[in-house]
Amino acid sequence: MTAPPEGFRIYVADRVLDDLHVRLQRTRWSRLESPGWTLGTDRAYLRDLIGYWHSGYPWREREALINELMPQRRARAHGVDVHFVHIAPRRPRALPLLLLHGWPDSFLRYRKVVRELALDFEVIVPSLPGFGFTGPVELSATQPTRHSAEILYRLMTDVLGFDRFGIAGGDGGSVLAQIMALDHPENITGIHLTDLGWHVGGTDVHDVTHAERRWLDAVKSQFVADGAYAMVQATRPRSLAPALADSPVALASWILDRFHSWSDAGDLDKSFSRDDLLDNIMIYWVSNTISSSMFGYYADRRSPSLTPHDYVDRPVGLALFPKEPGGIPPRRLAERTLDVVRWTEMPHGSHFAALEEPDRYAADVREFFRGLRARADARKEARHDRPSV
Amino acid sequence: MTAHPFELHIDDAELAELTARLATARLPPELVDDWSAGTSPAFLRQLVAHWQHGYDWRAREAELNGMGQFIAELRGGVVHYIHQRGNGPSPLPIVLTHGYPDSFLRFRKLIPLLVDPPDPEDAFDVVVPSLPGYAFSSEPSRHGTIFHVADLWHDLMTELGYTRYAAHGGDWGSTVTEHLARSHAIAVVGIHLTDVPFWHAFQKPHDASPDERAYLANIESWQQAEGAYAIIQGTRPRTLGDALDDSPAGLAAWLVEKLQRWSDCDGDVERAFTKDELIDQVMIYWLSRTGASSLLPYYDLVHASMGRWILEKVKDLLSRVKVPAAFALFPRDLSHPPRAWAERFFHVERWSPMPRGGHFAAHEEPQLVAEDLREFFRPLRTFS
Repeated sequence: MTAPPEGFRIYVADRVLDDLHVRLQRTRWSRLESPGWTLGTDRAYLRDLIGYWHSGYPWREREALINELMPQRRARAHGVDVHFVHIAPRRPRALPLLLLHGWPDSFLRYRKVVRELALDFEVIVPSLPGFGFTGPVELSATQPTRHSAEILYRLMTDVLGFDRFGIAGGDGGSVLAQIMALDHPENITGIHLTDLGWHVGGTDVHDVTHAERRWLDAVKSQFVADGAYAMVQATRPRSLAPALADSPVALASWILDRFHSWSDAGDLDKSFSRDDLLDNIMIYWVSNTISSSMFGYYADRRSPSLTPHDYVDRPVGLALFPKEPGGIPPRRLAERTLDVVRWTEMPHGSHFAALEEPDRYAADVREFFRGLRARADARKEARHDRPSV
Repeated sequence: MTAHPFELHIDDAELAELTARLATARLPPELVDDWSAGTSPAFLRQLVAHWQHGYDWRAREAELNGMGQFIAELRGGVVHYIHQRGNGPSPLPIVLTHGYPDSFLRFRKLIPLLVDPPDPEDAFDVVVPSLPGYAFSSEPSRHGTIFHVADLWHDLMTELGYTRYAAHGGDWGSTVTEHLARSHAIAVVGIHLTDVPFWHAFQKPHDASPDERAYLANIESWQQAEGAYAIIQGTRPRTLGDALDDSPAGLAAWLVEKLQRWSDCDGDVERAFTKDELIDQVMIYWLSRTGASSLLPYYDLVHASMGRWILEKVKDLLSRVKVPAAFALFPRDLSHPPRAWAERFFHVERWSPMPRGGHFAAHEEPQLVAEDLREFFRPLRTFS
């Protein structure tokens, strides 16, 4: 039988923090000093941040803040110890909502929206298999991403006992949400996404409209210019991982390069506080999971779980942010793989929408699921009104 | 040109600092220990252990200091190079150019064979410069430097008193050697390459033969499966470089994967490089702190593709390289061009498919390379 979840609080041992400070202190900078982000992570920005990480950043306060804001548990689901945030609902019979992060973020992706969402939902935010305090997980060689999705599904059903729940996600979280909706449609009321999932990149451009093709081409050229991180992670993650596991400046540079590319303003300070950026990097550092988190790219490439031919036959809400790679996709393309019932084009924001535009993001998630409830109620009424024979 | 003999004398403190980093290397937990997704975690652990406990830098340093290293100031920068005179009546000067991810050490075993051949008539005066941004040469002062290395080499050879000389290279070395033949055809008696510079494959001709089409298709699938390193190095050299210059274990993982993958070793890298030789290669990058700067040729290539590079290429390709060219092709190298492909760009006089060896041919099969160099250049010496 399933053991009940145990409580979990983040508490990083002093020796881990001491060791980190030694590494930060001895940072050995490469010789590429030219300014700006053209060659990669901006040196001046990174120097400042490393200085702050070493001598200003108050980890113990941050840790307490995270524990306070996001109460956590850990439970064995489908044979894997999964770490997750679990916030009790403010009202009875609240819909359980599973929030799924991606790479290179963490459960902290949702730190700015969990309180707001808890007004309507029972909120669950897991650390994905391979990530953070869930840690490395041995996934099946066949469709490993589907295996991850199954672990999270079992967490919701076997462990937490939910029969019906909603899912919201972006990046890898979008793909996981779609797989769960495909595999367990009877349990999923609907899914709310901020992107269509990486698999739509494989859409055959000969079968689509001009506008769709233009968007697919834009995504592709952006990938050529800015997607090498993914090519490395998908083909040779273990040649890169040792440096990122051994060096905090390496880890920070690799992650910040993504946050910079994928933020709205192109100016990290305008989109994220330095404490928030470092909190996320700390999750990877203290759990030593950068390698296992990147390995998902490799594993999924070898045996993908979703193709552009899959159709998610559950209601889908899309909140689309203009600075996502490629920009907002044509609705027609989304409708090829998703049953789109809500479509919101946001004025600002980018890949890390829940961090950059938390109010707009949370409002859209609430509206989407409210709309589904209204639809369900209407259907119920329709059934009651049906004259008996 | 002012040139000075150069020796390595790394501070004890710097070596101690390195040892401390190795002793505290924090490697990721891994569930699989093979080479399938990059450098084998198990092999990396062994290598890091050997680096700390078995590897004797002072002995290696003494050996390297016997190679005849020099530093020259040229064109506002510093070029580090090996220079050894041949033992024979009239040695032919030759410049050997390395690539990524190795260094002048690529030629450590080849140099003595060229300097001291069985027949003194075959002797070469050998010059092995380190590319800008590599080893102890200064880093490139501007973008696009890789396209000017040939001019720098020509200046170096001229300053050393060589008006007519031979050239050999592989990887970036073949690109530089091709430029040398195009830009300094009067000085260069012949070029000997171990590959057709890869960027030629970026433009596919309309009249490609089935063999050529197969070759180009192979390059494309190789790029998909194996070529991510070149794209990250070409688009985000500093992001990757931040990692390589701060973590010796991480630097080793990044470099050793290529040394294993691209050599003729049946998956066992120690058939091609001993642990000491692997660490030597990594040490050159670590001690010179060139993990990031060595990536710049890739950046140059990516960013030149729109502008000057294309113009120059079009101009160049109007004619083949007229200098006599030889190709020594090793079965485990990255690509296997048909001769017709090479003939589009070069005046191919010699085509030598080799029985064994990989990308690092001069290191892996120094005898085969030396023999081929002697034979190719023997008839060309009379003109020098």
